[in-house]
Amino acid sequence: MKKTIITVVGKDTVGIIAKVCTYLAESNINILDISQTIVNNYFNMMMIADFNNCTKSFSDVTDELDALGAEIGVVIKCQREEIFDKMHRI
Amino acid sequence: MINIYEVLETNNMIEKENLDVRTITLGISLLDCIDSDLAKVNENIYNKIKTVAKDLVATGKEIEKEFGIPIVNKRISITPIALIGGAACKKPEDFVTIAKTLDKVAKEVGVNFIGGYSALVSKGMTKADELLIRSIPQALAETDVVCSSVNLGSTKTGINMDAVRLMGDIIKETAEWTKDNDSAGCSKLVVFCNAPDDNPFMAGAFHGVTEADAIINVGVSGPGVVKTALEKVRGENFEVLCETIKKTAFKVTRVGQLVAQEASKRLGVPFGIVDLSLAPTPAIGDSVADILCEIGLEYAGAPGTTAALALLNDQVKKGGVMASSYVGGLSGAFIPVSEDQGMIDAVNAGALTLEKLEAMTCVCSVGLDMIAIPGDTKATTIAGIIADELAIGMINQKTTAVRVIPVIGKTVGENVEFGGLLGHAPIMPVNNFSCDAFVNRGGRIPAPIHSFKN
Repeated sequence: MKKTIITVVGKDTVGIIAKVCTYLAESNINILDISQTIVNNYFNMMMIADFNNCTKSFSDVTDELDALGAEIGVVIKCQREEIFDKMHRI
Repeated sequence: MINIYEVLETNNMIEKENLDVRTITLGISLLDCIDSDLAKVNENIYNKIKTVAKDLVATGKEIEKEFGIPIVNKRISITPIALIGGAACKKPEDFVTIAKTLDKVAKEVGVNFIGGYSALVSKGMTKADELLIRSIPQALAETDVVCSSVNLGSTKTGINMDAVRLMGDIIKETAEWTKDNDSAGCSKLVVFCNAPDDNPFMAGAFHGVTEADAIINVGVSGPGVVKTALEKVRGENFEVLCETIKKTAFKVTRVGQLVAQEASKRLGVPFGIVDLSLAPTPAIGDSVADILCEIGLEYAGAPGTTAALALLNDQVKKGGVMASSYVGGLSGAFIPVSEDQGMIDAVNAGALTLEKLEAMTCVCSVGLDMIAIPGDTKATTIAGIIADELAIGMINQKTTAVRVIPVIGKTVGENVEFGGLLGHAPIMPVNNFSCDAFVNRGGRIPAPIHSFKN
């Protein structure tokens, strides 16, 4: 199963998680794990998501999340898990 | 499982520290394009590149998007054209037609550069090699994305001084042909000693004859990442310093390895090598010179620079080797002047000279790179500079190269702007005492004693 990491970085505000989760639910993307932290006064959230049954292409999801982020005022990135795995695990 | 801090660290490297994959270079063998009819050779080359590389740029962009890592360049390297055009080309202008075909097809498939307008003459020149070399000035002036390289020597063969002397003239002629453009043609021309067959970086990339039909080579980058990591260990001893560089190089290289494997899988082309070089860009925070400063120098070029660079280069290799299944190419720290803001600052401050750069090339890849020199520098002086640099490579069994730009109409104190990744450079003074009698001797310098290992 190929996992995807979704990161949300920006100024904290009401409803960030709700909006992102709503979008993911509509696209049939399953969330496996969520963690969040505040670094330098910035809201940082990471989701591990399963795209196996996703109704859209990866590229479309990336673009739409990008647009959603712009709407909320945060930066949303969507990246395949391997890049982190390769870099931090031997 | 990956945690949020690791994810943030990676994304910080990408967003704030200029971590990127510098290039995916698709090596394509053109040996099956050889024909005695010039029109046919051109047609074959066009068709082969168009077919093999058609998906390269799209695949690169796809990978960029999925992993969120910028892939700055998508490039093609090809079999040295002197070998491919030899049977058909009877005069330098014939070779220029091939350069134009390469330029056309490279632009059509959307790559940034195509390298391999090359000749390998480390021991001697064939008629075809010489014709190709003589065609270089016109070829580079009349094309945009074609890069040219000439291998003039090796540890095994010695240095072909006839070719070195000739290249002094060719570099000057190339500068003249492109003088309206600050002699920028010379930025696409490099000469080598011990040129590797699988180098993904321009201008020296070509697809060696020992390689498979097509291959994916990847060049990583990340001077900014190393610099930032070193900021955290200021004042610590060399052990801590070296460990930090090694760990960072490992992380950077792993990304290159991942991208190389993905590209190879998606394009159906075997994975060749990851080149571990730390490649700077003119962007702020993407500088090898800045790493040297972070190690403890006021400017690159200060006493201690060669030692700091030696250490850096070695640790990058040690960290990188474990991160990739195959490493190759040039693999080291690049020290181009115009492409590195820290180097430019060092030259402007009077800290860095051509002679110090020469010393630095003894301990790192690749050589005297992207150095603007006065336009009135004699061809024999350029040949002398080349001979010195190649001697370093030959004796030390390493790759060395020279990419100097004699900027016609300009002299020391002036600046030259190449644009984009090639950056800008102050014109550096050259030692103008004559070496005419030396470089005009003719013949070749024999291979050194330690090359006889059989």
